[in-house]
Amino acid sequence: MAPTPALVELRDITKRFGDVEVLHRVSLPLYASEVHALAGENGAGKSTMVKILAGVYAPDAGMILLDGAPVVLHNPAQAQRLGFAVIHQQPSLFPDLDVAENIYMGRQPLGALGRVDWRLMYRDVNALLRRLDARFDAHTPVRSLSIADQQLIEIAKALSMQTRVLVMDEPTAALSTREVEDLFAIVRQLRSQGVAILFISHRFEEIFDIADRVTVLRDGTHILTKPRAELTQSETISAMVGREMSALFPKQHTDIGPVVLEVRRLTRPGEFRDVSFAVHQGEILGFAGLVGAGRTEVARAIFGITRPEAGTILLDGEVVSFASPAEAMRRGIAYVPEDRYQHGLVREFPIATNVTLPIWRSISNWLGIVDQRRERAIASDYFQRLQIRATGIEQVAQSLSGGNQQKVVIAKWLATKPRVLILDEPTRGIDIGAKAEVHRLISQLASEGMAIIMISSELPEVLAMSDRILVMHEGRITGSFDRNEANQERVMYAAMGQGQGQVRHGN
Amino acid sequence: METEATIATQASAPASSRTLTRMVARVGQVRELGLLVVLLIVVAFVGVQQPRFLALGNIEQILQSIAIIAIVAVGEALVILTRNVDLSVGSVVGLSAFACADLLKTHHDLNLWLVFAFGCALGAALGALNGVLVSYAGIPAIVVTLGTLNIYRGIDFAIAQGKQVNAYDVPDSFLGIAAGHVLGVPLLILAAAVIAVVAAYLLRFSRQGRQIYAIGSNPDAAQIVGIRKARIVFTAFLLSGLLSGFAGVLWASRFALVDSRAASGLELLVIAAVVVGGVNINGGSGSIVGAMLGAIILGTIQSGLEILRFSPFWLQAIYGAAILVGVTVDALITRRVQRVLMAQRLR
Repeated sequence: MAPTPALVELRDITKRFGDVEVLHRVSLPLYASEVHALAGENGAGKSTMVKILAGVYAPDAGMILLDGAPVVLHNPAQAQRLGFAVIHQQPSLFPDLDVAENIYMGRQPLGALGRVDWRLMYRDVNALLRRLDARFDAHTPVRSLSIADQQLIEIAKALSMQTRVLVMDEPTAALSTREVEDLFAIVRQLRSQGVAILFISHRFEEIFDIADRVTVLRDGTHILTKPRAELTQSETISAMVGREMSALFPKQHTDIGPVVLEVRRLTRPGEFRDVSFAVHQGEILGFAGLVGAGRTEVARAIFGITRPEAGTILLDGEVVSFASPAEAMRRGIAYVPEDRYQHGLVREFPIATNVTLPIWRSISNWLGIVDQRRERAIASDYFQRLQIRATGIEQVAQSLSGGNQQKVVIAKWLATKPRVLILDEPTRGIDIGAKAEVHRLISQLASEGMAIIMISSELPEVLAMSDRILVMHEGRITGSFDRNEANQERVMYAAMGQGQGQVRHGN
Repeated sequence: METEATIATQASAPASSRTLTRMVARVGQVRELGLLVVLLIVVAFVGVQQPRFLALGNIEQILQSIAIIAIVAVGEALVILTRNVDLSVGSVVGLSAFACADLLKTHHDLNLWLVFAFGCALGAALGALNGVLVSYAGIPAIVVTLGTLNIYRGIDFAIAQGKQVNAYDVPDSFLGIAAGHVLGVPLLILAAAVIAVVAAYLLRFSRQGRQIYAIGSNPDAAQIVGIRKARIVFTAFLLSGLLSGFAGVLWASRFALVDSRAASGLELLVIAAVVVGGVNINGGSGSIVGAMLGAIILGTIQSGLEILRFSPFWLQAIYGAAILVGVTVDALITRRVQRVLMAQRLR
């Protein structure tokens, strides 16, 4: 295909986590002096590719060739020595140390008697920073720098090593337009010096601005690789999303009632801005968008975990402001967080205790001792209604399958008898069968009159389940679709910040 | 609007970045100044109550006990910088002190250099055991060293069997070491100063020294850049044990009368000194100079309260309070700096 042999070649790479195959025989050659963009939905396998090139994961099958010879990347330090540098979305630096040390940690220049030569180090780093037009110097403590500046440190670090392959995992996610331009100038400079760059981004304008070639992954398989010039945006998008919806449970029809919860111009700087929407009784409101678009942050603010800086929340038309989740719960709002393990479930407790955890006060006497009979009665009720598959309500939560754990978490919040239920990625990490059951449950709850906000990064799920779909991109609502006017392409465009007819840069 | 904001940030960024650097630097200075003020207040207060406190002879006494604390504090600071803690230092000092004194009691003519080597080796071995359990077995430092705190003290009890070593049991030449002077400077103080200077130099100018800070600041990032975390944490524990072992020999030489309870509870005083001196209990920041300043202050308070005949229980309470105050001040400063940074980023 290309005249010169590839600098690095990934050949038939397969990676499994347990039973799940996240990469299936993916091949990808990277050439010197090219910027190669990697596109794909959340969960397409991009981050796994990055981690393989970083030396964090070892592939289960396939090989990596450097200059035509197979190499094995045992750990990040060794990968770096071979010339692989990875710039992650979240820089991992030493906040207590200054910029120079962050760049040279472990390989500081040594002077006489093996003594660290601070002056030389500062001089080198300042020269490096000038090349990058940085607005800080080598002495600046990293704790005081913004994410964009920290990103620049990672780039400076890559520059200071003999980097031949630079992997950039969404480096622009936290950058402003100007910062992105600066970054691209540096990327082009590196390209002209013969570096092979793998560039991952969710923004189409960036991909089409910087990339020489584009590869699309979907569900861990390679879909296409084409020169940028031969590719259109719509072609890329359909390559990214083309997925069937057959495995999903069809939503049952419900009568939509009055508005229960309304949010007006809700703003939390750095997280989301001017978010307005309303959710009705019996309605499922889908929240689509890419990971990090600010959807979880909005949910957390509504639930009283964080405090919005501007905007109002109305419950039944009355302005409310929750100082804590407990207050939000008392007013009938429940939030099922994304990470079951961290926030949703006490893994060592039996199902019964987990289900009644948020309401223990109401089923305990004045000494705080829980009435076991009532606990069992309530837990058994949900156990049957949600068809949790376990030996009984005494089974310990951690021994359940992912889908059943999720049902326990949902049961737990249902026990608070909420009127508004916010679900954050309700089916992430659970198998297809259990997914369908969770979908059936959500649909049933809505038909019973509950107002439901469902945050999901899986487009088919959002499209199949929602009465209405809101799309967020970088902290703003960039699209709003009724059930019958939504389709994968339109939602994906909005999620990429390319909303058709939507004004995004207008203000 | 967006462009306007970008331009505004552009213009103010270099200036504010410099201000921040200065501010962070000043926080350190303010802290050290604060410690000096506290020191002066303590000295003045005790001096007024009991003028004997300020007598030259007494000051030398105070500095000698501070020297022993300071030597142990250097090792403790190394460990705390790596985001660990060594609770066993008091027991190591005690065991080393008794073992060396007992050795001299039975072998009167033993070369004193050998005694020091024995004390240091014993301490290093005890520290190495801590290090292996923390670094290679992956047990949290607080659990490991709480265990060895009691184990080492138990060994001390078992060897001593209720007996004590008295001044007349050991050669005068050994007792003379702690009381000795070199060019008019008390030997103990000289030893502490040399150790502190060497440690401060290595922390600043050796790659391994810098890696200690890196590990404490962000252990995962340290691993990513290829730092051998386990080995460095192990070394920090080994050095902490070695310095405690050395301090134990000095302890025996200085106090002459050693039983199995020697240096009990010293770990509290030492950790308080390190934390009050500005070494972050979560690792990654702090200096030997700060730790030394902390040792001087707490050592002075200790001597002052003793001369004013306060109950030793008060001392315990004060060390505890000092740790709390030190950590709280750190937390407040961090939060304050963080808030300023946030405000700046959102502007």
